[in-house]
Amino acid sequence: MTLNLSPNIADPDGFYDELLAAHEGLDKAASDALNARLILILCNHIGDREVLRDALAAASKT
Amino acid sequence: MVDVRYDIAFRLYPYERVQTQGAARQRVPVVIVGGGPIGMAAALDLGRKGTPVLVLDDHEGVGQGSRAICFAKRTLEIADRLGAARAMVDKGVVWNVGKVFHGADQVFEFNLQPEPGHEMPAFINLQQPYFEKFLVDEIRVAQKEGAPIDIRGRNAVTGITRHADHVVLDVGTPDGPYQIAADWVIACDGARSPIRDMMGLSFDGRVFEDNFLIADVKMTAEFPTERWFWFEPPFKNSGQSALLHKQPDDIWRIDFQLGWDIDRKAELDPARVRERVDAMLGAGADYELEWTSIYTFQCRRMKKFRHGRVLFAGDSAHQVSPFGARGANSGVQDADNLAWKLDLVIKGLAPDTLLDSYSAERVHGADENILNSTRATDFLTPKSETSMTFRNAVLDLARRHAFARPMVNSGRLSVPCVYDGMPLNGPDALGGPAATRVGAPCLDAPLDRGFLLNRLTGHFTVLSINASAPDIAEVDGVPVAHVTLTTDRNDPTGALAQRYLGTQPQAVYLIRPDQHVTARWPGCDTRAVTEAVRQAIGKAA
Ligand SMILES: Cc1cc2nc3c(=O)[nH]c(=O)nc-3n(C[C@H](O)[C@H](O)[C@H](O)COP(=O)(O)OP(=O)(O)OC[C@H]3O[C@@H](n4cnc5c(N)ncnc54)[C@H](O)[C@@H]3O)c2cc1C
Repeated sequence: MTLNLSPNIADPDGFYDELLAAHEGLDKAASDALNARLILILCNHIGDREVLRDALAAASKT
Repeated sequence: MVDVRYDIAFRLYPYERVQTQGAARQRVPVVIVGGGPIGMAAALDLGRKGTPVLVLDDHEGVGQGSRAICFAKRTLEIADRLGAARAMVDKGVVWNVGKVFHGADQVFEFNLQPEPGHEMPAFINLQQPYFEKFLVDEIRVAQKEGAPIDIRGRNAVTGITRHADHVVLDVGTPDGPYQIAADWVIACDGARSPIRDMMGLSFDGRVFEDNFLIADVKMTAEFPTERWFWFEPPFKNSGQSALLHKQPDDIWRIDFQLGWDIDRKAELDPARVRERVDAMLGAGADYELEWTSIYTFQCRRMKKFRHGRVLFAGDSAHQVSPFGARGANSGVQDADNLAWKLDLVIKGLAPDTLLDSYSAERVHGADENILNSTRATDFLTPKSETSMTFRNAVLDLARRHAFARPMVNSGRLSVPCVYDGMPLNGPDALGGPAATRVGAPCLDAPLDRGFLLNRLTGHFTVLSINASAPDIAEVDGVPVAHVTLTTDRNDPTGALAQRYLGTQPQAVYLIRPDQHVTARWPGCDTRAVTEAVRQAIGKAA
């Protein structure tokens, strides 16, 4: 598998909304904790170490 | 004069005036400096092979206070080859269930059911003084059987001079100093190794800015024989993590992680220690403090473990934080790796360059151990806000979701390293199971009588399974033993086939004296074995 960096989420605006909604009302610490849990859940779902490494590299490049 | 740096738990080698002191300087093949677990294991191994060894220790026995408590299967298998494991297993506590807490809540529980078909348990808890005592007890047995092992208590090495073909040691005793010459020196003198310092060698790595209070308490309370580990424990003043773990003799090991800026002396005040222990065990718990100490931990190693005629083994060569119990366990593997090589070199059967492979293989092992214990320490003491956030997210998720549990790291169990890609390795031509690949330590398996590892007694051994054994008894004077088995007759549980054949119908393994696989084939002739033995004793062209 290779890391998919093309559009892949249906209704991107809707998804973005849900992402922000999950953080609503949380202070910084709680928000950071939520993000961390989310990252771990998604990483586990992906599982493939190659893809995860590519994702880390892509995210690290700014 | 010889300083007494610690109290003795077992006085096993009382000081006696050295007979030759004052006479001409003695010259011996091997001096082992330091009679801790690693020095004693090396002495027993070499002595049992008939190579004379002299152990010099600056105390008269085993230090009080248990440091190591957790001894892994591979260590017990090595001790078993040396004859000392029975006493250890009989005395030790076997445990399987562990519980992990975060604050007051249990995050999850695990059961390390051992894989069946191994003679030794996956690990035991045993106070280090007992471990050392059982090794020395076995040395006494070996001595009676004629093994040339000599132990001198309260003989402190104070100086070292290296020559091309020998080493001279200055030794201090209550009757004054003397000198002794040795062809080879094994420095098993612990993490603060005076020998390493005298030779001006570096010991680099990482210090973890944390203090751990260790309290061994004696109580007959009805706690189950389990390992309980708390992240951010709920009881008062218990620091960032805590551990409760059972040892023999109704002793419990309690660890508190206290942080960096502490007043060591104040923290060791028994009243203060009791306050903490009371908070953990609950008011009214009835116990005695057996032993308390505060440690800071580091992960570091020497660049190489061989310096000419001086070989470093155990904590003198590498130090790890104790999470994962890799200190003594890996040191015993050093001794296991070194003893047969040094024995062959001393007997003139192998070139001294064979000892370079000791350094290469055990540096590889040390790096693996340091990596593991560094990772555990990073999980226990997150170094930044973000790593703390991730750590707690893992603990949070682990309560509800199985996927996060393997990420919880309160120390990984010590497993032996595989000497993958090392220069002594011969061909891996079998297409057999990965677990017994070339470089790996042999896995045990029950046979029709006894266990496989009992048959691998410290010689090069050709293990033939369903294959005809090549006709060979020695290579250049190095004896080659044979264990010839068939799965029909000798493999009652199928474990032998599963661990050594996999999908193959037959196999021939060449196994080193330290029970590591050094070559394997579907079948082979004497030439192939000869070449692989030569390779394994450092004679490859
Ligand atoms: C709190 C704690 C918990 C631990 N838990 C575990 C565990 O569960 N499992 C595990 O495997 N490991 C554990 N370890 C690590 C383990 O204790 C060490 O790795 C082990 O003791 C190393 O053995 P050694 O023989 O190399 O050195 P040491 O045990 O330090 O022995 C060195 C010996 O050399 C002697 N000596 C020193 N200088 C001289 C000199 N100049 N002349 C003569 N003799 C000298 C000393 O007196 C001593 O007898 C733990 C350590 C600590 C601190």
